[in-house]
Amino acid sequence: MGSFGRKNRVLPGFGPTLGYTVCYLSLIVLIPLSALFFKTVTLTWDQFLVAVTAPRVLASYRVTFGAALLAAGVNGVLGGLVAWVLVRYRFPGRKLVDALVDLPFALPTAVAGITLASIYSPNGWLGRYLEPCGIRVAFTPLGIMVAMIFIGLPFVVRTVQPVLEELDPEIEEAASCLGANRWQTFCRVIFPTLLPAMLTGFALAFARAVGEYGSVIFIAGNMPMVSEITPLLIITKLEQYDYAGATAIATVMLIASFTLLLSINLLQKWSRRSAE
Amino acid sequence: MVTGKNGDGGAPGVSEPAWVRYLLIAVALGFLALFLLLPLAAVFVQALEKGWAAYLGALREPDTLSAVRLTLLTAVCCVPANLFFGVVAAWALAKFSFPGKSLLITLIDLPFSVSPVVSGLVYVLVFGLQGWFGPFLQVHDIKIIFAVPGIVLATAFVTFPFVARELIPLMESQGRDEEEAALTLGAGGLQTFFRVTFPNVKWGILYGVILCNARAMGEFGAVSVVSGHVRGSTNTVPLQVEILYNEYSYAAAFAVASLLALLALVTLALKTVVEWKIRQGFSVGSGEN
Repeated sequence: MGSFGRKNRVLPGFGPTLGYTVCYLSLIVLIPLSALFFKTVTLTWDQFLVAVTAPRVLASYRVTFGAALLAAGVNGVLGGLVAWVLVRYRFPGRKLVDALVDLPFALPTAVAGITLASIYSPNGWLGRYLEPCGIRVAFTPLGIMVAMIFIGLPFVVRTVQPVLEELDPEIEEAASCLGANRWQTFCRVIFPTLLPAMLTGFALAFARAVGEYGSVIFIAGNMPMVSEITPLLIITKLEQYDYAGATAIATVMLIASFTLLLSINLLQKWSRRSAE
Repeated sequence: MVTGKNGDGGAPGVSEPAWVRYLLIAVALGFLALFLLLPLAAVFVQALEKGWAAYLGALREPDTLSAVRLTLLTAVCCVPANLFFGVVAAWALAKFSFPGKSLLITLIDLPFSVSPVVSGLVYVLVFGLQGWFGPFLQVHDIKIIFAVPGIVLATAFVTFPFVARELIPLMESQGRDEEEAALTLGAGGLQTFFRVTFPNVKWGILYGVILCNARAMGEFGAVSVVSGHVRGSTNTVPLQVEILYNEYSYAAAFAVASLLALLALVTLALKTVVEWKIRQGFSVGSGEN
């Protein structure tokens, strides 16, 4: 393996551009992230465990990860359906709907937060019909789940759409020739091809929902032990100047994020391989 | 009106019966209407609840105007910086191969997988009072956390990868042939970049800038952690929305929120146009724009 200097590079500018890239990356991303690590190791192992397994913290994990899992599940199923409808069928307004699917990506989280909170609050547009039926959405974990569904909506749609578009109709026709009815063709031919993409989208939606703050904070009740999400707990600890506690919990979230990132990369590799 | 992809009414073997199709479309559109259209409509309806005069009055409030100024300032600082980085990084990573390249690409993507609150927290750990530079900054009376520079830095972190991750695959797929040809014809490095590379990637750059800007102007979690929430000086537009909502000024909160919603709609429209242009570029062949 030759050194950087010895390799004969035709195009100019490798040195300066790589140098600038690494410098800027370190200054803005790597060094600040390392501050988290360095602060965490000032705690003893026992202090760290106490900080991240306190009852209130554990409750926040349950709320955050639980709601994110359910929301990503809903998005997985309905997002896949939306992708199917957008790719396979033609109807008036299809292109407009396709563009609108990206709204949760583009809409600032605070706007989504206050809007969802006001719609589902007891006298809101939907809340006023749901409350009498006994379905309390605002200020409960159910509201957190609703906000997370909004946030994760585009992920599954956008990962499944390209796979559906590449799907060869000949395979379905062959299955039909061999005697499969439409449902069988879907279950045994189409769905297995879509599964890696759906799981990737699910994981992306889950990862986004777990870290989400702005969209969730207004509709959640923010009551400790009941409807408090982990990011809020971090901010609360910061406001109480408990930097060590905040850092410990943030480290747990970071580890969860990286694990999810790794899973997503593996899923994407699987998805690419099965598409060939 | 509702047909299958190939325009057929539905050959029995390769498409669903019509009633299934209608049902699926109804469920899908119902889901989207509930989760997308309803909130979007709610923003504008609630913003105008008290009429146009109140709406415009809310937007002309001094605190709101200073929030708009701060948001614009943040975008003006972060977007060009991350744009420059994105172009430089894409050149280094797409046009050359070297050990550690995929690690570097993964590291560039890191801010995407970090929760916004954690993004803000790490800057507090570096520049806050108890942080690495805390004592130094206090002695020299430089304010970063709970002041504008902190907001700009946290926003730069969160919007860091947008341009780079658009350009790197784009430039990789375009290869090095045209640049190498330009060099053999005597062009210098910068000449090659501006006259050969740039026209090929300009739509990708625009796409990345649009997304970067939308996120920079709308960021809430990270900015919430590093801002002092002081009205009129360290509040961005999203933070101002939060303040107004928390003090029950709902019409005003939604009025300010409607600005961000309009920004989102413009972003979506521009994004769709640029995507179409990029697709066009691929079908016509690169370099023929």
